[in-house]
Amino acid sequence: MAIKQVSVFVENKKGALADALRALSDAGIGLRALSIADTNDFGILRVITDDNAKAMLILSEHGYVCSKTDVVAAAADDKPGGLAALLALLSDAGIDVEYVYAFVAQAKSHACVVLRVKDNAAAEAVLAKAGVSLITEEDIAKL
Amino acid sequence: MAEQRYYQKEIETMPYEQMRALQSERLVKQVKHVWDNVPFYRARMEEKGLTPDDIQSIDDLHKLPFVCKDDLRDQYPYGLLATDLKNCVRIQSTSGTTGRRVVAFYTQKDVDLWEDCCARAITAVGGTNEDVCQVAYGYGLFTGGPGLNGGSHKVGCLTLPMSSGNTERQIQFMMDLGATILCCTPSYAAYIGEALKEQGYKPEDNKLKAGIFGAEPWTNEMRRDIEKSLGIKAYDIYGLTETTGPGVSFECSEQTGMHVNEDHFIPEIIDPETGEVLPDGEKGELVFTSITKEAFPLLRYRTRDICVLSRKKCSCGRTLIKMSKPMGRSDDMMIIRGVNVFPSQIETVLLNEGYSPNYQIVIDRVNNTDTMEVNVELTPELFSDTVRDIRNAEKQLTAAMVTMLGIRPDVHLVAPKTITRSEGKAVRVIDKRKLHD
Repeated sequence: MAIKQVSVFVENKKGALADALRALSDAGIGLRALSIADTNDFGILRVITDDNAKAMLILSEHGYVCSKTDVVAAAADDKPGGLAALLALLSDAGIDVEYVYAFVAQAKSHACVVLRVKDNAAAEAVLAKAGVSLITEEDIAKL
Repeated sequence: MAEQRYYQKEIETMPYEQMRALQSERLVKQVKHVWDNVPFYRARMEEKGLTPDDIQSIDDLHKLPFVCKDDLRDQYPYGLLATDLKNCVRIQSTSGTTGRRVVAFYTQKDVDLWEDCCARAITAVGGTNEDVCQVAYGYGLFTGGPGLNGGSHKVGCLTLPMSSGNTERQIQFMMDLGATILCCTPSYAAYIGEALKEQGYKPEDNKLKAGIFGAEPWTNEMRRDIEKSLGIKAYDIYGLTETTGPGVSFECSEQTGMHVNEDHFIPEIIDPETGEVLPDGEKGELVFTSITKEAFPLLRYRTRDICVLSRKKCSCGRTLIKMSKPMGRSDDMMIIRGVNVFPSQIETVLLNEGYSPNYQIVIDRVNNTDTMEVNVELTPELFSDTVRDIRNAEKQLTAAMVTMLGIRPDVHLVAPKTITRSEGKAVRVIDKRKLHD
């Protein structure tokens, strides 16, 4: 059920992020979601694209260190407290979230929340049990 | 300096011809000693068709084969030992370098003569039994602390065996007990100077008059900085664990090079490429033959330090030959915070830890203290999507390097192919320090 995310190591240098994103756009790859973790020395660019396999290939060809990671994507109500409620479900179930980011797709009543946890299956089970709809690769492709 | 004092005047001011005769006598005896007791030396001499009879005086020294650091490593631990272990009382070892550890053995006589050498150095900077000598070199396997400690005892100074570090305590003892001589690495001396200033002390507030600083390269500019900040005269001292430790050579009041204790260590300068002996005054690699060591004698040991020897008359009255400050290395060894580091050690750690050996070492000197940065190219296998994992990888790599090197570098993981390559060959070391005048 989990969806694929591509993570890219980006050095904290001028233009580094733009260069990585240009490599993707030049190959006609579209971004569905994006988040960046940054430190003084480096950043980790995390993207969900419309063609993750091709994105990995293109980035590797351009000399980037990247990896594919399975992440959980779930639909949260697009209203105040929507994300908080979703996170509370995981927290109550003892599931730690490494990082989270969200995006709102056009003309939808919910936001898509991307969650990085240790055990995807456990997190998905908790969310599904609480009636949260999970987002699949197919759903992403249709966006 | 008004009056010159010597610790062993007869030796230190011995006429040249007489010194040559003494060296010859000791060399001949030493060659017989190693031939009889060290199969390694016998084999090396036999390879060159030599027997002890071929060495009749110091003029025959050039016939002997060289010994290098790799030989010492290969013969670890007992291969070069020239006497029964029951005659040995001490070992010392090169600083924290797992991959290239060298263990040197000492008989009681060896320790005694080594301490004499250090006592000469302390006396040459004006030390007497009225001085308080603060030894802030590391104690333990490192030769700095034990050597100067022994020399200080011999001179009769009140010795403060501080070892390195704990600057608060160094300053407290320095001020409360009125230390007059400070022995440590030049970078630590500079650091203590800074710390004193931060605590509001002026250079004239301490009782120090002289410092004996060695174990790492330093410039005359740094000497002036230290002299100013501590209100002292700063003197250089040279030595290496392989030959004995500090005190192989030492500076006198003239501060223009270090007198070699050549009654114990015969220096030669060679062309590092051909091995040919060069005349005094020419720049080349320094080679030592220890002619009095019982337990761990070295014949023609290649130090890899590049310097110049001079027999010019010295105003201090010593006739001992002088060597310049080392002007560089004939190998890739770096001296960082007094610790010997080879790029190959970094490479070993990286391979052990699953990294590709794509790295770059950047050394700098900030506020007179060496900094070492190691940039390592990340590989896809080691990449993770979380910052925490990457930080942990850096920490693990740092810990492995501390174990290998004995000093802590700043480790940074960098993107692949970002390390500078010149003509296809990666530049492994960028040394931004100005170490030589």
